[in-house]
Amino acid sequence: MTQSYFELFGLESIFNIELPTLESNFRKIQSESHPDRFVTASATEKLQSMQLATLANEAYQTLKNPANRAKYILELHGITAISETNTAMPTDFLMQQMEWREALEDAKGAKDIDALESLLREMRQEADALKTELGVLMDDKHDYTAATATTRKLIFIDKVCADINKALAQLED
Amino acid sequence: MALLQISEPGMSAAPHQHKLAVGIDLGTTNSLVATVRSGLSSVLSDEHGHTLLPSVVHYNADSTVEVGFDAQKKQNQDPHNTIVSVKRFMGRGLKDIDVSQLPYKFTESSESIGMVQIETRAGIKSPVEVSAEILKALKTRAEQALGGELVGAVITVPAYFDDAQRQATKDAARLAGLNVLRLLNEPTAAAVAYGLDNASEGIYVIYDLGGGTFDISILKLSKGVFEVLATNGDSALGGDDFDQRIFCWILETSKLSPRNAYDTRFLLSKAREAKEWLTEHAEANISCMLSDGEFVNVTLTTNEFIALTATLVQKTLSPTRKAMRDADLNIEDIKGVVMVGGATRMPHIRKTVADYFKQAPLTNLDPDKVVALGAAIQANVLAGNKSDADLLLLDVIPLSLGLETFGGLAEKVIHRNSTLPIARAQEFTTYKDGQTVMSIHVVQGERELVSDCRSLARFELRGIPPMVAGAARIRVTFTVDADGLLSVSARETSSNVEANIAVKPSYGLSEDEITNMLKASFNSAEADKKARMLAEARVEAGAIIEAVTAALATDGNLISAEEKQAIEAEMQRLQSTANTEDADAIHHAVEALNHATEAFAAARMDASVKKALSGKELNTLDL
Repeated sequence: MTQSYFELFGLESIFNIELPTLESNFRKIQSESHPDRFVTASATEKLQSMQLATLANEAYQTLKNPANRAKYILELHGITAISETNTAMPTDFLMQQMEWREALEDAKGAKDIDALESLLREMRQEADALKTELGVLMDDKHDYTAATATTRKLIFIDKVCADINKALAQLED
Repeated sequence: MALLQISEPGMSAAPHQHKLAVGIDLGTTNSLVATVRSGLSSVLSDEHGHTLLPSVVHYNADSTVEVGFDAQKKQNQDPHNTIVSVKRFMGRGLKDIDVSQLPYKFTESSESIGMVQIETRAGIKSPVEVSAEILKALKTRAEQALGGELVGAVITVPAYFDDAQRQATKDAARLAGLNVLRLLNEPTAAAVAYGLDNASEGIYVIYDLGGGTFDISILKLSKGVFEVLATNGDSALGGDDFDQRIFCWILETSKLSPRNAYDTRFLLSKAREAKEWLTEHAEANISCMLSDGEFVNVTLTTNEFIALTATLVQKTLSPTRKAMRDADLNIEDIKGVVMVGGATRMPHIRKTVADYFKQAPLTNLDPDKVVALGAAIQANVLAGNKSDADLLLLDVIPLSLGLETFGGLAEKVIHRNSTLPIARAQEFTTYKDGQTVMSIHVVQGERELVSDCRSLARFELRGIPPMVAGAARIRVTFTVDADGLLSVSARETSSNVEANIAVKPSYGLSEDEITNMLKASFNSAEADKKARMLAEARVEAGAIIEAVTAALATDGNLISAEEKQAIEAEMQRLQSTANTEDADAIHHAVEALNHATEAFAAARMDASVKKALSGKELNTLDL
């Protein structure tokens, strides 16, 4: 497949995609390609269906999540957002990171669900601001170098959110 | 094969062969079979009018087997040889089961960590074989009711079943001689039955508390597409546990010593009766005589029962909260909560769910039947009876798949709640010069330590070309299909050598064990086996010729005349081979035809996707 994920769903390769179009086109492709449609078909068609349905799922998950979408756009422009040699982050963001991590550890230690949830809300607000920034940098200014730093921040925030959710899930057990 | 011919309303005028397909709810306590007839899904009953088949199997001394009510009658007299709730043992090892309260003699299979087996007077039985007996009974019921051989079945499993439990279920179906069209998650099946009935749109929660399993699934329903957003659950929590609590309470209040297997089974059935009685009454009286002449006479009030089982009810809320968080939803986003499973009849469960979701749960479909009804609808679609395929289920993997890395840590390869089918490739390298073998341990679960996850299988990659350490690039691809089942393939990418994989399932049956069980169950001579293989090969040939002919008729214009001719030539070759007695030759001809249609299949898929994205409905397109 030489088609990009955006092309697969008939979308423009931009950050601010129309999510409802992504969703409805994903459903349309699955309606045609899902293995459930080929239960009585030949082995060749089953294989085709499996491959396309898998690709559509992968592509959908990539484009649906803003951090993954930004990372993917950068890849299309030949930039690897996170690599061994490319991990630079501005100092103020690093400081901020450490504060969030500490807050997370404190709340975890205190088994404080409210604190974890309020931290989660804070992270989401932070993520929203970064998403707005990415829309401008990628779609208007086409400044992919600047967008790389912002993408990295967003990926980091996603990770903290995942860890908060994990901590919340552990408190359930 | 006797096939019914039913022309459905709204179908094309051409005579349409209705394929007999069923949905089977293989439950912990009861099992059911349903089918779609004249566009309506209904549960099939036995000759006495019973729709539920108790999931109980009794082995007699003469090695005959009873299933259902007949077996249930034996459970008090002959508890060791009467297997109830076998679903709890599917794909499970001895350490997963609390054997102290169970009347069975467990042994582990030949391998030291495999699936448990039960010693009966008819020999050692795997839970797969016991389940196959239940499936056989349902298959017979369906074939008698429908008057023909089934083309296939959709069998439901708890959404929270792991790979080993799913594989065990599929193996049981194979042993029972059923063609599995799909393993379908129980809550998803319930959503289909519920959603199609009510033409619902929006986000729904399915709260499914069965006899032995608890599932919570959150689905988005939109224009016939059922997309599972998140699922969670507890595959060892169900109505049985409520019986168990009452049973312990009886022992305690009556100051009884631990009981023998006979009394245990007897008191458990009394506990169950009391639980069911309390659904509509304020108190339940339990009075009976035990095997040693001791008399039990106690009264359990609703309030005592609620207090006794409060922790069990609370245990269902933890997976519920996790699923809500995974789906990133708030209570206000939920349009409706559907109750599934007999255990959701308990009023205090309904109240707890209503309190949590701040709305009364939906109970208008029979919680015992809704799963089978939904499975039948899906079976009907999968068998190809519905031409306007407007129903599509997008389900997820319930538990993450991971690999063992250094220090006994599990590294996740596929995350839970990923939409199926899914494939992930991971690259490995050798750590020693000339290394030709590598082993990979696949586990399932969310915990960080391998020892806290479920071991699924160990794979051994062989035939890696000898190179210096770190030079080999072994790409291992993990694929989870629409049944939620894992398969693994591997390739050395620098030399492009396909590595051989030797799979050792941790809790499953090996291919050899299945073959032996199949042989034993058919008790067939070599000639029968050959006849069977020939018949199967011919069916396969007929099916592919039918499929390709239909495809050429509608989409023949997508390929060149030469390509079309090549396909037709292979089809003719298969047609003439199918008339011979040579099953192998037929298989080869089928493969040749499959190969010849590769480009055509790709072109068709491409065209149908383009058509779908162009925004026009298929039936409004001018062809």
